[in-house]
This record gives sequence, structure tokens and C-alpha cells, in this order.
Amino acid sequence: MLKDITLGQYFPGDTIAHRLDPRTKILLTTLYIVALFSANGFVSYAVMIACLILSVRLANVPPRAMVRGLRPVLFIIVFTAVLNLFFTPGGREFFRWGFLTVTETGIKTALFMVLRIMLLIMGTFLMTYTTSPISLTDALESLLNGLKRFRVPVHELSMMMSIALRFIPTLIEETDKIMSAQKARGADLEGGNLMQRAKAMIPILVPLFVSAFRRADELATAMECRCYHGGEGRTRLHVLRYQRRDYNALAIGGVICVCVFVLGRLGW
Amino acid sequence: MESILQIRHLTHTYSIGTPFERDAVRDVSFEVGRGEFLGIIGHTGSGKSTLIQHLNGLLRPTEGQVLLSGRDIWAEPKKIRDVRFRVGLVFQYPEYQLFEETVYKDIAFGPVNQGRQGAELDRCVRDAARLVGLREDQLDKSPFELSGGQKRRAALAGVLAMEPDVLILDEPTAGLDPVGRETLMENIRAYHREQGKTILLVSHSMDEIARNVDRILVMKSARILMDGTPPEVFSRSEELLSAGLDIPHAARIAIALRRRGLDIPPDVYTVDALEREILRLRKETVPC
Ligand SMILES: Nc1ncnc2c1ncn2[C@@H]1O[C@H](COP(=O)(O)OP(=O)(O)OP(=O)(O)O)[C@@H](O)[C@H]1O
Ligand SMILES: [Mg+2]
Repeated sequence: MLKDITLGQYFPGDTIAHRLDPRTKILLTTLYIVALFSANGFVSYAVMIACLILSVRLANVPPRAMVRGLRPVLFIIVFTAVLNLFFTPGGREFFRWGFLTVTETGIKTALFMVLRIMLLIMGTFLMTYTTSPISLTDALESLLNGLKRFRVPVHELSMMMSIALRFIPTLIEETDKIMSAQKARGADLEGGNLMQRAKAMIPILVPLFVSAFRRADELATAMECRCYHGGEGRTRLHVLRYQRRDYNALAIGGVICVCVFVLGRLGW
Repeated sequence: MESILQIRHLTHTYSIGTPFERDAVRDVSFEVGRGEFLGIIGHTGSGKSTLIQHLNGLLRPTEGQVLLSGRDIWAEPKKIRDVRFRVGLVFQYPEYQLFEETVYKDIAFGPVNQGRQGAELDRCVRDAARLVGLREDQLDKSPFELSGGQKRRAALAGVLAMEPDVLILDEPTAGLDPVGRETLMENIRAYHREQGKTILLVSHSMDEIARNVDRILVMKSARILMDGTPPEVFSRSEELLSAGLDIPHAARIAIALRRRGLDIPPDVYTVDALEREILRLRKETVPC
């Protein structure tokens, strides 16, 4: 069923990772990514792995869910591994077959690259696992607030994002319904060549677009009726406030990031 | 009566293997006779829509079977489309499925999928339009220019045009005004009278069900609570009320009168019958 696709796959919970301010989590993830890209030795990668494992434990997310998040990028991971393994020159040579070589540097680079991608994906996934999409957009709006001075429509962008997020499940449900209705009239959505398949989409796309526009229209009217007039002077129901735990988390994150940076420079 | 549809121990579970797992239909069995007009009623979320989507193979049973003319519809999954042509299903708010440039083409979508062509195609499209009360000149309009009620009729015609043996309607009159409701129901009644085809009507309105169907299925929390003719079902009005269901207005008044000690038989549920009973009681008690 289409409905089983979840977006951002938020795991509701009440752990320290869930209670942190969403802005803190975005900043920590950014720090994590910076650290990840400056790591280049066994010690620094070990620190990154330890950080991730600790955070996953703290967030109480099942490890299986973390691994599942890697599935969509499996191809990229394998591709990177193969490319780096066979095409990196340097160091001791273990194996040669035509233009393919396996060298000491090659093995190391491949290992690190794969680790880097996996940690990157899992790190960002952990953020979406513990933060609802709506608080993420709130946090982004608040973090990007400074850009307003440069006439970037931050509020409008984040409002658009919240609305889009809000309507994704609705549209998926609607697509499901329209598909069933057309199947009931004998629409064949599976068989046929590419051309026939594309044509079979028309009975689904037309009603879907019509209803999406209708919904957008209704929503706009409803918002106007409630005096929505953009971000100017608008207050919030949920005001984001940094707590002590946020400062602590950011301090720890900052220290680790600097340490990894130094370790990376040293080549550890 | 020969039965056209047999539902045996049907269970449907949504989102199996997730924390959201739940049975929307649980161990439901019943039969539908050829030419019967069957009403299905139940509280919101009782599983009516889920149930009827099994009858034309849109959903596959988690457990149990659906037999059409004695054959399991999933015996040959490749041929499920033929089942959908024989069991026409009109969804709740079907007007949102219209997509063609003209009403005519939209009604023709089903029959064309069936492989009908030429004069045969033209005949079934025009027949269907006539059955739902669409005028000839409306056939060349864009479906998006029609009013809400006319759109509903066009969508209904799109299923009727496939000339199914069984017609299933999921709340066909929801969201229409009283006049639109009554004329649409009159069209459906006329279709049943003229063609003698089997109809399953899902509705929230007890009055609508009471006035039209031969037999009623009452669903409650994924199961069948009652199955019987309208007099049988409405004679258990108090039970229906305690199940959180609506009952016809006349039955409600009958209950109130009975509470006051008036002798009204339990099978009174239409306005006409109630009127007769009240007049009879008046004659007996107040000699004029
Ligand atoms: N696609 C779906 N995925 C998961 N659960 C569903 C799905 N469709 C329905 N359900 C659940 O199954 C139950 C039965 O739903 P169903 O739509 O069959 O009820 P209904 O009797 O038709 O209600 P209504 O009168 O409101 O139309 C509900 O609790 C609903 O939440
Ligand atoms: Mg329903």
C-alpha cells in the first residue's frame, strides 16, 4: 500500500534526544557532518562511530530501524566501495588484474568512504527519527531568521514546507483512493509497455491535480478567513527556547567536533 | 433464491506487522441473492468500505473467501479485472475520479477497458446516462462544468455503463441536498426495477435504507451485528440504538409512544405504517 510509506519516519518518544530543542539537533547534526568530513584516521572514525552509537542508545531508536535507513543508498555505498577499492593507487599492492589493482591505500580509502557515507546517512536519519517534521521546519525558520535582513522570505518558505509536509499523507491517501476507483472501472495500471503505462497514469494524475488545486484553494481561503497575512508580527503557539540541556549538548558536541578535527589533521 | 455472491469468514487486517495493525473486518460471512437489494449500515469506521472493496477484488482478504457465482474470485489473480467488470463498485464521493475531456468519454472509460467498441459502446454509454438522468446535451460538456450532483451522476453512469451483474454503491447520496438525494435514489430504484440487477447499498441514513432495500446487514466494530429484512432489523430498534446507530424517525417515535403505554407493534418503522397505527389507536381509544 502507498500509505505505508512514511516521511521522515518520526519515532515518537520521550528521551533526552526527543526533548532537545529541534534547533540544537540541527546544529548538532551539522557539527557531526563537519567532524565526519575532517576525520581521516582510525581513531577519529572510532570517535564518530562511538558518538553515533551513544546517540542511538540515548534516543532509544531500534538499531534495526537505523540499518533499514541505509537500504535506499545501498547502491551508492557498494559503488563507492568498488570504485575506491580497485582504482586507488599507492602503498603496497596486493592484487592486479588488467587495469584493476587493490592497494593498501585503496582498501583504506574504500573503508573510510563507506564508513563516512553510512555515518552521514545514519546521523541525519537519527535527527529525523527523533524530531517531527513540523518542529524541524519551525527550527529551520528560527535558525534562518537572520537571512530576513537580506530579503530572503524565510517565513514564507517555512510555511510552504510545513504545508507540504502536512499534505503529503493526505495526497497519498487520495492517490490510493483514485487508483482504487479507476481500477474498479477496469484501469490496468500494471501491464503494458512504457507508453501504455504512461497513458494509464492520466486517469490518476488528472483527478489528483484537480483535487490538489481545490485543496490549495480551500486552504488559502481558510487561512485568509483567519486573518493570515504572512509572517509580519505573527507570534507562535510553541515558542522555541533553549534549555540548559541544549547548551550542554551543544558544548559537548562542539568539543568533540574540535577534537575530531585536530585528530584528523594529525592523520589519526 | 440463487446466490450470486458468497462471503465466507472474511477477515481483513490493515498494516500487518506494524504497530498500527488492526482488523477492519473480522470473520464476516453472508450471501447475496441474485436480484436482491441489500443495504449495509454501520457506524463510522465499522468496516463497511473495507468489506465492499473485497467484493470486486480491490482488496485481497487476509483470511476467508469471496465467491462470485460459486467461484473464488482470487482463483485466477490474472483475471481479477473480469471480476471488476461483473461487480461494479461506486466509491464514496465518486465525482473526484472524473478525468476525461467530456462526460461521454468519461462514462466510456470502463466499457472501453472492457473492449467494447462502435455501436455497442455508444449504446451502453447512452443507456447509462439515461439511467442516471443525464441529458444528451450534457454528455458533450466537460465533467468539470457540471454541478456537484450532476458530477455524481456522471460518475455513477461510468460504472453502470459496464453493465455489471452486481452494483455496489458506497454512500451514493452523501453530501447531496434532499431533492438531489431523493431523485438519485429514485434513479437507483428504477434501475433495480427495470434491470433486476443485484444492488448493495452502503448508507448512513436509516431512512434511506428502510425505504429501499429488501434486506439489511448491520455492521458493528468489524463484525456483522444483524442480518435480516427491515421489519426483522427494526423490531430490534432498541438494540440498534444502544449500538450507537441511527434508526428511522418513525421507529424512534414508535418507541417513544410504546414507552407511554401505547400498543404499537415492533415492526412499525415507516411513516405510513406509523400513521396507520396511530389512526387505529385513535379509533380504538377515542370514540368519535
Ligand atoms: N487504507 C487503510 N489503512 C489502514 N487502516 C484503514 C485503511 N482504510 C480504513 N482503515 C481503518 O479500517 C477501519 C474501517 O474503515 P472503513 O473505511 O472500512 O469504515 P467505514 O465503515 O466505511 O466508515 P465510514 O462510514 O466512515 O465510511 C477504520 O478504523 C479505518 O481507520
Ligand atoms: Mg466508508
